Amino acid sequence: MTAIVHHPSNSLLLDYAAGTLDEASSLLIATHLTLCPHCRAEVAAAEAIGGSLLDDLPAAPLRPGALDAVMARLAAPAEQPTLRKPQPSTWLPRPLTERLGGDDPSLWKWRWLGPGLADLPLVSDRNRPSARMVRLTPGTGLPPHDHGGRELTLVLRGAFGDRFGRFGRGDVEETYPDMHHEPVALEGEVCIGLVVTDARLRFDGFIARAMQTFTGV
Amino acid sequence: MNAHIQAIAATQDRSAFAALFSHYAPRVKAYLIRLGCPDGQAEELAQETMLAVWRKADRFDPAKAAAGTWIFTIARNLRIDQVRRERRPELDPDDPALVPAPAPEADLVLQAKQHHVLVQNALQALPPDQARVIALSFFEDKPHGEIAGELGLPLGTVKSRIRLAFARLRAALEQTS
Ligand SMILES: [Zn+2]
Repeated sequence: MTAIVHHPSNSLLLDYAAGTLDEASSLLIATHLTLCPHCRAEVAAAEAIGGSLLDDLPAAPLRPGALDAVMARLAAPAEQPTLRKPQPSTWLPRPLTERLGGDDPSLWKWRWLGPGLADLPLVSDRNRPSARMVRLTPGTGLPPHDHGGRELTLVLRGAFGDRFGRFGRGDVEETYPDMHHEPVALEGEVCIGLVVTDARLRFDGFIARAMQTFTGV
Repeated sequence: MNAHIQAIAATQDRSAFAALFSHYAPRVKAYLIRLGCPDGQAEELAQETMLAVWRKADRFDPAKAAAGTWIFTIARNLRIDQVRRERRPELDPDDPALVPAPAPEADLVLQAKQHHVLVQNALQALPPDQARVIALSFFEDKPHGEIAGELGLPLGTVKSRIRLAFARLRAALEQTS
């Protein structure tokens, strides 16, 4: 495996560590962290900052009797959340395996978007960033677009390239408004990635725009 | 504080729990109030956080994080779960897909106590504009785009302050590892 070249910004890692990052972006960061020891160390450092800030906060006294109330509950068994553990995967990080139910892409419920292009929504909420799996066959590209907001792309399989570089397994591309690009899947494996957008993409062409209306991308 | 958590894990030591509670419960409550929780909810979540500390004490690893850091992450996750009603996506350390660190030091194996002092010193040594952006990141339930707007700064400026602050913190942490 080639090493990861493109990491998410410190700003995103800090938001993730602070717990203020939205669910869709957090899903992408947790997936990247599984593949990237470098960013795991960054997040650990950011969490240590959080711990240090917590230690230094002026106390907000609890109600009288709070300690006794908690002490009285210590013996009670914890409610076990019935989380169904997915079959572990050697290539697909657990945060995604959980949401997809398994790691075999041929069994996922892809939506056809055009020749060589399919997607699968994972987190969608009208007013918040959304996350989707995207599948591109080699040579296929996304229509040229720029962004009303931030776009994050994490590659899980295969690779794509655009004017910002080559992005392979584990790499994260972080683009902002007016960073126009035209990602194309490179030769070799089918490219599978996780894409998080915090606003609708703005595609250039008429057909692409019509497709956008139709699919809600 | 680390010893208290370990005493809970080893012998279910209630006096160790009381000591942890008196230090951390009011700070966790203060943290939640800073993030906008009403007093009643902050109180309840602070109590839940301490209950989780008791129940998860055997999972505390002092080589990985200081007590304050570990309790911070518990409070943070509870807030996401209860206030935002979302499930926080997190990596699983036992995931077969996990790519291990090439050398152990890359995963920050500093002893937690030493680590904690280093982080505190490094935070205090940050230029005020960098320290402010870092503190706001933890105490405002907003991503950096919105924090930038509030400070009247371009997002790029906020992001570069964070980058600089991180570089300083990492340098301070790596000096002694
Ligand atoms: Zn990384």
